Amino acid sequence: MPSTCFYFQVHQPFRVKKYQYFDIGEDHNYFNEKGENNLNNERIMKKVARKSYLPTNKLLLKLLKKYPEFKITFSFSGVALEQMELYSPETLKSFQKLVDTGKVEVLAETYYHSLAFLYSKEEFEKQVKLHEEKIKELFDYEPKIFRCTELFYSNELAQKVDQMGYDGILAEGADKVLGWRSPNFLYRPLGSDIDLFLKNYKLSDDIAFRFSAKHWKEHPLTAPKFAQWVSAINGAGEVINLFMDYETFGEHQWKSTGIFDFLEALPAEILKHPDNDFLTLSEASDRYSSVAELDVPYFTSWADKERDLSAWMGNPMQRDLLSKVYDLEEDVLKTDDEELIEKWRRLQTSDHFYYISTKGLEDGTVHNYFSPYESPYEAFISYANALNDFQLEVKKITKK
Amino acid sequence: MNNIRVLMFGWELPPENSGGLGVACLGLSRKLNENGVDIKFVVPRKKESMRRSCFKLLSASVNYNFEEIEFESPMTPYITAEKYESVLKREESDIYGENLFEEVARYRECAKKLAKYEKFDVIHAHDWLSFGAGVEAKKITEKPLVAHVHATEFDRGGGVNIDERVYKREREGMEAADKVIAVSHYTKGIVVEKYGIPEDKVEVAHNGVDLSEKPVGKELLESLKKAGKKIVLFVGRITLQKGPDYFLEAAREVINCSDDIIFVVAGSGDMDRQIMRQAAELGITDRVLFPGFIRGDELHGLYKAADLFVMPSVSEPFGLTPLESLVNGTPVLVSKQSGVSEVLTHALKVDFWDTRDMANKILTFLNHRPLVDCLTEKGRQEVDQITWDPAANKCLEIYKSLTN
Repeated sequence: MPSTCFYFQVHQPFRVKKYQYFDIGEDHNYFNEKGENNLNNERIMKKVARKSYLPTNKLLLKLLKKYPEFKITFSFSGVALEQMELYSPETLKSFQKLVDTGKVEVLAETYYHSLAFLYSKEEFEKQVKLHEEKIKELFDYEPKIFRCTELFYSNELAQKVDQMGYDGILAEGADKVLGWRSPNFLYRPLGSDIDLFLKNYKLSDDIAFRFSAKHWKEHPLTAPKFAQWVSAINGAGEVINLFMDYETFGEHQWKSTGIFDFLEALPAEILKHPDNDFLTLSEASDRYSSVAELDVPYFTSWADKERDLSAWMGNPMQRDLLSKVYDLEEDVLKTDDEELIEKWRRLQTSDHFYYISTKGLEDGTVHNYFSPYESPYEAFISYANALNDFQLEVKKITKK
Repeated sequence: MNNIRVLMFGWELPPENSGGLGVACLGLSRKLNENGVDIKFVVPRKKESMRRSCFKLLSASVNYNFEEIEFESPMTPYITAEKYESVLKREESDIYGENLFEEVARYRECAKKLAKYEKFDVIHAHDWLSFGAGVEAKKITEKPLVAHVHATEFDRGGGVNIDERVYKREREGMEAADKVIAVSHYTKGIVVEKYGIPEDKVEVAHNGVDLSEKPVGKELLESLKKAGKKIVLFVGRITLQKGPDYFLEAAREVINCSDDIIFVVAGSGDMDRQIMRQAAELGITDRVLFPGFIRGDELHGLYKAADLFVMPSVSEPFGLTPLESLVNGTPVLVSKQSGVSEVLTHALKVDFWDTRDMANKILTFLNHRPLVDCLTEKGRQEVDQITWDPAANKCLEIYKSLTN
């Protein structure tokens, strides 16, 4: 004790290209930007693969081979896997190699990295199913534990996931949820019987956000220092859940920050202490028992200071588009048109709404960093016009 | 510590201003005054030819709470410059003109005399019209000079017609100055690139908006609004710099797609006729209104009536009108070639030449209530934060560093 549980999120949306009012009724392709800009999905996938996925995978493969105790957990969005197949097959191959080691767990999620649970439980289940099939196809793997888009979580979601047969679910270890409690134990969601894994946001964000922050008093962060913080939890916790975007390595934190050296040195440093080890989430679920029931009646997430849904649904523009896209559900499904249904689902990816966030300065800068659009208004304009075109397309087909 | 005393050279002050320069000078001076800076603001005026409103102006000037110094007799070249006089008669308010060199020279001479008997620590000159005066005052007294750039010849000419005589005076002023203040990073870029001023000599101080006077003015164009028409507004001088031609191009594209949008072009200038002809050629005269030059409460009423304000400037060092629009609760679309786009987050932005995108944004905006609501609410909140405090603090900092 304690066990370190690394979980990395791999996700890339199909970004909507600059789509103008005049394109409505004319152009029905929304995701095919080809120019030298950040809306070009192929370009982004190749860039992130080069800077982050490929070098980090290579390093992790080496570490998994070198340290028998080292384990990791991944979650891949279906749309990210699809884009790897399309634009960077070698990246997909390198992920498959990692999973083949048998020391890597893969989680379940919604294929389209969506907010479907909030708008349609049926659509949510379908997307989880689609994802399961994709994981089976590409990794010959059956996920046991579920993570929702952006670590969305509530009692209701946990109950649903329980019904769907999963053994556990992930959530942000938000202060407002935990109060005086520690994130370093397993919990039990209110009204269900599965394990709840809470992100240790302090230690996770030390790596994901603060690693290269020069004004941070712990900068530079070294592997021995971090391992010491991990060991300090000994006796006061069982699991240390380090949850973060996989792009942290090489994309958010550039190679020049020393992030790869840090990652390379970390397993050995943590394993120096005989009580420490690494586990996948399922292994942690087997070894430890939940210490208490946790009541989370409102949705939480891992975003921004608020740790709620405001990054995706905080303003009227976002809510308007979300309700419009889900209003189409019945009509779209009725068409039985595979291409149309796929387009509709790609339009559900949470990132589209995140880009439209107008939240305050501090969080706003994070949003700007992650947004390929010049402003939330630009993002709204492209999406709203594309959605208008899509609505017309659906109408055309349903009228036939 | 004694108050810093500043001798400021300007060209105009509200309400007799013809553009943003006067408004900016007043806003900055008031704020500096609040911060304990003693200001003597020198402004050239030609009394005998002024309209009756000048009496209002003189009494109002008492309220400025800083000392105003007027030049009377020496600044009468308006009369001698015959051509300019005729322009002046036609466009009473427009004091930007190409035949001002003689006036500028005289202003310079007067500054020499004035500098001898006035007591001050720093000289602060606004734009090329008063740079000469500032340079003279510096020569006589050896006091430090701050050259404040509100616009350059590259902006006024829309990047096409560069008057070498103006350019020369601008560069002389900036070179002679101990510090140059640019009203935006956009303008700083021009000052460094086109005038060869070293980057570290140029500070950026964004303009603010003075919210001490809440705008009044009844919403105009009631009948149009009642008929369900949406109004897209342009306010500015009708000159190459302000991009009214691009506005009309965009209007045409919008009109092709929608029947209930009306465009209003408020202002006057040397492109008046050309613009009206253009509207006729585009076949959109029935959808474009030209109310001429509008100011005061009436202008505020126009802002209020509009659904969207557009500033399509080709080159805009700052750009006050979008802020005025936001104060009146109307969202804005501004050209990226402007200083104000640096301080506004909650605004639509477009390259002035991309009239297709301009039309795209106008149409999308008017078709999506949530976009209107967000831009209205957030824009309103944002403009409340755009005060003169940062600019005044920056000036104060500069004064202190130059006088120590």
